[in-house]
Amino acid sequence: MKRFTLAALMAALSPVAAAAQEASIDDRINEVFAGSTGWFVNLIFMNLPGTDFPWIVMWLVIGASVFTIYFGLIQLRAFGHAISLVKGDYSDPNDAGEVSHFQALATALSGTVGLGNIAGVAVAVGIGGPGATFWMILAGLLGMASKFTECTLGVKYRNEYPDGTVSGGPMYYMTKGFKERGLPGGGILAILFSIFCILGALGGGNMFQANQAHAQISGITGDYPGWITGLVFAVIVFLVIVGGIKSIARVTEKVVPFMGIMYVIVALIILLVNYDKIGWAFGQIFAGAFTGLGVAGGFVGALIQGFKRAAFSNEAGVGSAAIAHSAVRTKEPITEGVVSLLEPFIDTVVICTMTALVITISGQLVIDPVTSNYLVYAISDVQAAAAAVEGFPVDALATIQGATDLDAIKAALEPLPEEFSKPVSDIVSLVGYIRTATDSSGVQLTSAAFASGFSWFPYVLAIAVILFAFSTMISWSYYGLKAWTYLFGEGKTKELVFKLIFCVFIVIGAAAKLGAVIDFSDAMIFAMAVVNITALYFLMPIVKREMNSYFGRLKSGEIVKHKH
Amino acid sequence: MSKTTYVVGLDGSDAGERALAFAKERAKAAGDCTIVLCYVIEWSPFSFQTPEENEQRHKRREEEISMAHNRVLDPAVKTTTDEGFTVVGVVKHGDVAEILDNLAKEHGAAQIIVGRVGARGLKERVFGGVTGRLVASASIPVTIIP
Repeated sequence: MKRFTLAALMAALSPVAAAAQEASIDDRINEVFAGSTGWFVNLIFMNLPGTDFPWIVMWLVIGASVFTIYFGLIQLRAFGHAISLVKGDYSDPNDAGEVSHFQALATALSGTVGLGNIAGVAVAVGIGGPGATFWMILAGLLGMASKFTECTLGVKYRNEYPDGTVSGGPMYYMTKGFKERGLPGGGILAILFSIFCILGALGGGNMFQANQAHAQISGITGDYPGWITGLVFAVIVFLVIVGGIKSIARVTEKVVPFMGIMYVIVALIILLVNYDKIGWAFGQIFAGAFTGLGVAGGFVGALIQGFKRAAFSNEAGVGSAAIAHSAVRTKEPITEGVVSLLEPFIDTVVICTMTALVITISGQLVIDPVTSNYLVYAISDVQAAAAAVEGFPVDALATIQGATDLDAIKAALEPLPEEFSKPVSDIVSLVGYIRTATDSSGVQLTSAAFASGFSWFPYVLAIAVILFAFSTMISWSYYGLKAWTYLFGEGKTKELVFKLIFCVFIVIGAAAKLGAVIDFSDAMIFAMAVVNITALYFLMPIVKREMNSYFGRLKSGEIVKHKH
Repeated sequence: MSKTTYVVGLDGSDAGERALAFAKERAKAAGDCTIVLCYVIEWSPFSFQTPEENEQRHKRREEEISMAHNRVLDPAVKTTTDEGFTVVGVVKHGDVAEILDNLAKEHGAAQIIVGRVGARGLKERVFGGVTGRLVASASIPVTIIP
């Protein structure tokens, strides 16, 4: 069995490997990957006509706002009840032994809490400045209503099989819910959703994770080819999802919540130590939210980054949580929706905000002493970096110094040996980002920020990132598999095919460059949201009916606490 | 209507058997007794699970319950009934100490009888075993059979 996978992996990589003599394997993978997915990425992130505002961000915000208004600020009204439900106050003792609300929440959270909270926030703050945090929190609060809607429907319309297992998710509420309301098109939406869900599982749920895990490991061990990390991860994931070695998954499921709590505690300690700067940091967040403080794209840039990364981190409206939550056997689907609205709160409003505050307070982001605005990497920085490399080929240097756009610089770097091209292309990838004290972005920026408080933290963060990456991969392999079996039917061989593809993509993800991977991951996750939110609009009256009935009975005393 | 009720914790071990034997003796002496036999499947609603485990949870729960009935509870209920006692059999998921105490309250039992399970691991040495916690939290007398 194991030999078969390795062969499959090698076969998948062979066209890439053949070209490795000329360029490195990583570069080839990156090129092929960016070339084949670029058109879809462009479509998803297309700006609204005449603006710099991607339509997809608008789509998510409008969706979340509509649900917030339609359900009358459910995220505030039901917040306390959500906590009672998680504590088990309303659980019937006779149902003990079934999946509890707490377990469903924890499982869904371990799929969402992860790199989005560490690397994604660093990208948001790195490009959009501290102001992005404000929009991220707002998106998190609004997103609670989207989660509530989708998870209620996920439980209500899941499939229960005679053997007692369950399968749920947007595909099921799209087909069954639309049928119930007498609406056409549910089947088509379900198919579209499943396709995007599979690609999202391979993108955000897999490649992005592998990519950032590699960045984290190589940041500590020194640079080495990404496909090596990818191969190691692929083998471990293979052992769990195909080999059925549950012990590995179980260990991760236990360690991940511990890591999450520890992350928040360390962040809190850093904030407490720097308590005198907290006021200033919030000042930066508010000022940046409306002025941008010099970041690329101004305040719109901050807003877009904040909303984008929030959506990517908490997955509200994406539909993935509906798959995770549908395993709960409750008589009241609405209770699962209520519990799920805690997810964006914990994920975005608490954990993401911690990361953003630590980055802001750490002083990693470089401020222009004259204007008090943030400095942004520009082409001149690339040119300076090239000039600073000792013995840089004279012709290439002249071309780079004369270049007016990045493409020209990239072309000039192409034929150079790595010792010259690497230090320069590192800065090329940062153009548009806020200048940082350590020339870093993504997870390395978070790592550097935390290191300013605790020098040993990068090591803990590296372990956390690897575990988060791993648990997110396990969760998304499940989401992807559910979509896969919805399309192709259940069966051992069919499931094995998906799981093998999933493992191959881990290698590709670890080898590709961050930009291409983030773009693809975002595009797929957002494509899921396009289909899912469309369905939610049509099905929200059903949720409202359930909600009114449930809260009515709660108020009248028909639904009572079992524990006091 | 029986006058006295004993709750007996079974776990499929010799200790459980000894507890049942003791309960029968007491019941014979007291006469007109109900013996509530309970098998608890250790379960916490606050544990962490993978999505796949959640998906199969209901199935597993049914399997666990039927296994507890087949292997431990039903044979015990049968032999005890055959010996002429009034018996109630219960299988529940949860925390042993909590479940036995709740069951005792529910049936208005006179005492809870359990076998002693030796301290097995470090965790039990530090936090106390099931019997220790039961003694600490029970609302009625507990008899522990060594």
